Amino acid sequence: MLRYTLKRLLSLFISLIIASFIIFFVIEIAPGDPASFMLGINAQPETLAALKEELGLNIPKHERYLSWVAGMLSGDFGTSYTYRTPINQMIADRMWVSLPLAVYALLISTLLAFPVGIYAATNRGKGGDITIMGATQLGIAVPNFWFAMIMVLIFAINLRWFSAGGFPGWEKGFFLCLKSLTLPALSLALPQAAILSRVMRSSLLDVLSEDYIRTARAKGLNKRQSLWRHALRNAMIPVLTIIGLQFAFLMAGSIIIEQVFFLPGLGRLVFQAISQRDLIVVESVVMILVFAVIMVNFVVDLSYAAVDPRLRNRV
Amino acid sequence: MKKFSILNIGKYRNLIIGSMLSLLFLSAALVSFLWTPFDVTEIDITNKLKTPGQIYWLGTDHFGRDILSMIMVGARTSIAVALVAVGIGIVIGTPLGLLSASRKGGWLDELIMRGNDLVFAFPSLVIAILITAVFGAGALNAIIAIGIFNIPVFARITRGAALSIWEKEFILAARVAGKSTTRISYEHILPNVMNLLIVQGTIQFSLGILAEAGLSYVGLGAQPPMPSWGRMLADAQTMVSFAPHLALIPGTAIILTVLGLNLMGDGMRDIFDPKLRNTRA
Repeated sequence: MLRYTLKRLLSLFISLIIASFIIFFVIEIAPGDPASFMLGINAQPETLAALKEELGLNIPKHERYLSWVAGMLSGDFGTSYTYRTPINQMIADRMWVSLPLAVYALLISTLLAFPVGIYAATNRGKGGDITIMGATQLGIAVPNFWFAMIMVLIFAINLRWFSAGGFPGWEKGFFLCLKSLTLPALSLALPQAAILSRVMRSSLLDVLSEDYIRTARAKGLNKRQSLWRHALRNAMIPVLTIIGLQFAFLMAGSIIIEQVFFLPGLGRLVFQAISQRDLIVVESVVMILVFAVIMVNFVVDLSYAAVDPRLRNRV
Repeated sequence: MKKFSILNIGKYRNLIIGSMLSLLFLSAALVSFLWTPFDVTEIDITNKLKTPGQIYWLGTDHFGRDILSMIMVGARTSIAVALVAVGIGIVIGTPLGLLSASRKGGWLDELIMRGNDLVFAFPSLVIAILITAVFGAGALNAIIAIGIFNIPVFARITRGAALSIWEKEFILAARVAGKSTTRISYEHILPNVMNLLIVQGTIQFSLGILAEAGLSYVGLGAQPPMPSWGRMLADAQTMVSFAPHLALIPGTAIILTVLGLNLMGDGMRDIFDPKLRNTRA
């Protein structure tokens, strides 16, 4: 296990280095420099030169890349070209919206998918299973941002149970914030729950047809006992993998949902940064999203190998 | 593979319903090249926000444009973006997967697979953000973003299937006959993974339509005046309370197209691999 972990760790570092390299140099080829954009076409050459000096744009690209990476490692992402404030502060503020939203959505998705998937698998071929499979097929086809709009229409505009958008800030109270994140989280969660419940059903059906389940039944365990004691535990391996991957997807997917609900998260930050050509903010937010995906994949790989020793020989 | 016959047509319900839905939107997109009920760029403020009726079958938007015409032309954008993106995935991903499987355990296999992992770390939305930050928004960027994300999907699925085929006896026979690894990959492995690629292609196509709609919705995909379903939903957002049809109609178009493609993919999988019929996710 140690050898496997070290190999995966090495692979993780290489991936992060290459990803940072790609992100930095893709942004670097953007036409025009940020200083000219900030000062406009009537800028005096000396003012422009001073601003370039201040923003560190005169330094050679490879040196800027190294200082960007070194800065990130020490938690310093640099300063926003537009707002002149530290980027790590901007990201930290927004992260307190985007991260809880992704966790909340993942929680809803998992809590919905587990009972639904288990019910469908244990009632295979019956009316309930067919209805669930049909509903999940539909759930997969629904774009989450459209679903969000429909929920705003029903629950915010017509029933007035929730606000149509915005975020009050955590200092205004936990439950108020949770309420404002409920519709966004539901919109993110339901299509994911449809996928997860299908994976749960499929995985459980595979396990239920195994010989050891038949042995357990032959030993005198009833259906429910064999399900809870043996089948569920073994069916969880692929399900946990999907949950891990979904978290990464939810982090990225929340970017779109934040637009629907006007939430001040990472998504709003990155779109504002694109429109203001605040490219240093764009590259930092993209790096954080990619870092989150790579880390989640790493944790999923490790937990998978911990559960299934055969995987430790494959890297 | 099960024989498809008119006698067991009921067993292919998914394939039939899925194909009919997909065909409906494909036809709408093709017909829009020759005819649409109204000109999609024609602004008629006097007829704005009309609900579905006899003249405007699906109503009009805030500029008085016919929604049916916009849905038809929007289908063109969605289908074109998703189709080209799947094409990029297949054309680049499949040879990489074949190459990787033929060099199993070697440095090239390792390089391709680690490269795949790296691309997977960039969701299509993140790629689109990067591209837009550099080159600006547009349908072409959406194609590139979704296409890049499709490459590792096809590379992985090809590699996985190819690895098991490399173990078969007929491959050994081909080796004994003196055929090169590349020739075996293209003459024997590729035809045997084709079914899988077609099924995966359908799934990626439906995911591409969802991704295109999402990117256009946030302004990273197709730009006005090019109609797109995601763009129509973005325009509808502020008017959903008094003109819900503006959101309901494009949303339904997206759902039906994606549902159709998914059902078609499932139906094809039932034909190619009937064992999966009851257990698949």
